[in-house]
Amino acid sequence: MELLLAITIGVLVSTSVYLMLDRNVLRFLFGLVLLSNAVNLLIFTGGRLTAGAPPLIDAGEYAPTGVVANALPQALVLTAIVIGFGLLAFTLALVYRTYMTLGTVNSDEMRVAEPADESKLDTGRLGMGKANPAKPATGQEAGI
Amino acid sequence: MSWLLVYPIIIPLLTAVLAYLFRNSPAGRWISVAGTVALLMASIMLMAEVLEQGVVAAQMSNWQAPFGITLVADLLGAVMVVITAITGLATVIYTLSEIPERMERLGFHALLQMLMVGVVGAFLTGDLFNLYVWFEVMLISSFGLLVLGGTREQLDGGIKYVMLNLVSTIMFLAGIGLLYGLTGTLNMADLHLAVRGVENTGLLTTIAVMFMVAFGVKAAMFPLFFWLPASYHTPPVAVSAIFAGLLTKVGVYALIRMFTLVFDQDVAFTHTILLWLAVVTMVTGVLGAAAMNDFRRILSFHIISQIGYMVLGLALYTPLGLMGAVFYLVHHIIVKANLFFVAGVAKRIAGSTDLARIGGLYAHAPLLAFLFLIPAFSLAGFPPLSGFWAKYVVVKAALDLEMWFVAGVALGVGLLTIFSMTKIWGSAFWPAHPDGIKPRLSDLPTFDRVALMLPIIALAALTCLIGLFPEPFVQFAERSANQLLDPTDYVTTVLGVQP
Repeated sequence: MELLLAITIGVLVSTSVYLMLDRNVLRFLFGLVLLSNAVNLLIFTGGRLTAGAPPLIDAGEYAPTGVVANALPQALVLTAIVIGFGLLAFTLALVYRTYMTLGTVNSDEMRVAEPADESKLDTGRLGMGKANPAKPATGQEAGI
Repeated sequence: MSWLLVYPIIIPLLTAVLAYLFRNSPAGRWISVAGTVALLMASIMLMAEVLEQGVVAAQMSNWQAPFGITLVADLLGAVMVVITAITGLATVIYTLSEIPERMERLGFHALLQMLMVGVVGAFLTGDLFNLYVWFEVMLISSFGLLVLGGTREQLDGGIKYVMLNLVSTIMFLAGIGLLYGLTGTLNMADLHLAVRGVENTGLLTTIAVMFMVAFGVKAAMFPLFFWLPASYHTPPVAVSAIFAGLLTKVGVYALIRMFTLVFDQDVAFTHTILLWLAVVTMVTGVLGAAAMNDFRRILSFHIISQIGYMVLGLALYTPLGLMGAVFYLVHHIIVKANLFFVAGVAKRIAGSTDLARIGGLYAHAPLLAFLFLIPAFSLAGFPPLSGFWAKYVVVKAALDLEMWFVAGVALGVGLLTIFSMTKIWGSAFWPAHPDGIKPRLSDLPTFDRVALMLPIIALAALTCLIGLFPEPFVQFAERSANQLLDPTDYVTTVLGVQP
């Protein structure tokens, strides 16, 4: 069982690394999701696998009797899933908003904050609370 | 259970809730100010307690360590909380003038307070998984603060910041999972004991390097720093300042904590990597700064360069080296935040942070010029300012180990730092404004002038204070370094038994 999970984790990690090497930030994000799931499985496996022994304490007892499964990794994974979900939701919204504003999801084309010609960087008006009008682009242009 | 450890976390949390509820009224921002003052008082109380007792620990819900979550403050943790509160207060006062009402309505102050919750939590926790959770609290608030306002530059920088920091967090989580699988515990004090019984030392070192990468991204070490210069110059100045002051330093703090308390088994391997990374970080950071032509971008690259000094102190792994690292952390937070504040005022009165487009600050705002010179010289390491002592201790520690090359690089980087500072001076302060504007502080409304200048003056005074009377601060850093190198007190206080 450990071997099977180890292989699964390995496949997930390599797939996610492949996705994360893409210039498309959306693919990068998908890679990130896969990677966080791989890590969740890693924590789960790291806590040792004990099949068929639920960590239940009998009535009147203070500690479980006999061998039971480790409940802690499940709590950790649950926390990590919740946090990961929140971050994913935020990041998806951020990617969408960036796409609407910059008109691209290609990270090579995102040079607004660090333009090749530095004199084009206009930080003078930054942070003054003036939103830029959104410049939507078609899906075809951005390659999604 | 000591409530002193809970107050610094719960006060900003409550403030965040209240500030969010009152985000549509002017009361919101004053709640934020009041909450940060309360945080400062709570942190000073905690500091007094730690100075008296050495290490203070509290078990949440009375679950005995190592089974529950432990909050613990040693000297390093306590001083970081105090400095967080000071920087936080300075930032909140600065925002009174800088942050437009539109952003306050979007919950700016709630995010700012949540950022402080995360930072303080990271400094006070004694549990590895809990540290991960505080990192996430800090991260998600910083994401919000970074892109709030939604300009093109902010979104562009935000994408890189968010993506690279998420990779680092997942790496951290993977390290936690493997370390737990290896030792069966997550309590840091318990880990200190547990790693001694681990037979598979190769795997332990591998995990140590995973943590090094994860915290290296947070701390903006070479070659993992690229998110920082991509994003730190894009948000409002107050946000830049608190990020520059605190966020990378949380990474350095976590490095110091983990590589003194847990990963001290294979020092020859791990700390040698840290040493050379620190040297390269110093050099690349300062060279980047020398190449930039924007006030805030120069300062962003300086952060990276300065991180090198702190990591160098840790990598030397001698009492003097760690003492330098602790001293440097405290000094750097104050100075760096202050420089960003100055950049913000320069932008406000001269119209830009692009050095080619501003000027005349020395002629028309001499007070600002003077207040720029104090942190700028301090950062470069001029006596008698705080940066001199910080650099002196780190370089001395390197010389004591007869690492001539490392010490030489550290000194040379100081020289290049002052070069890039003269670049700012030579185009923003010295010559006349290219558009003929006369940037006067007196043109600002009185309220804005007070709100912008008060934090700058206070932090500059603090830099001078540390510089002129370094004795108590040096002694404190020395005690803290000894505590880090010999964590017996820490372990005993947390676990309640003799190791």
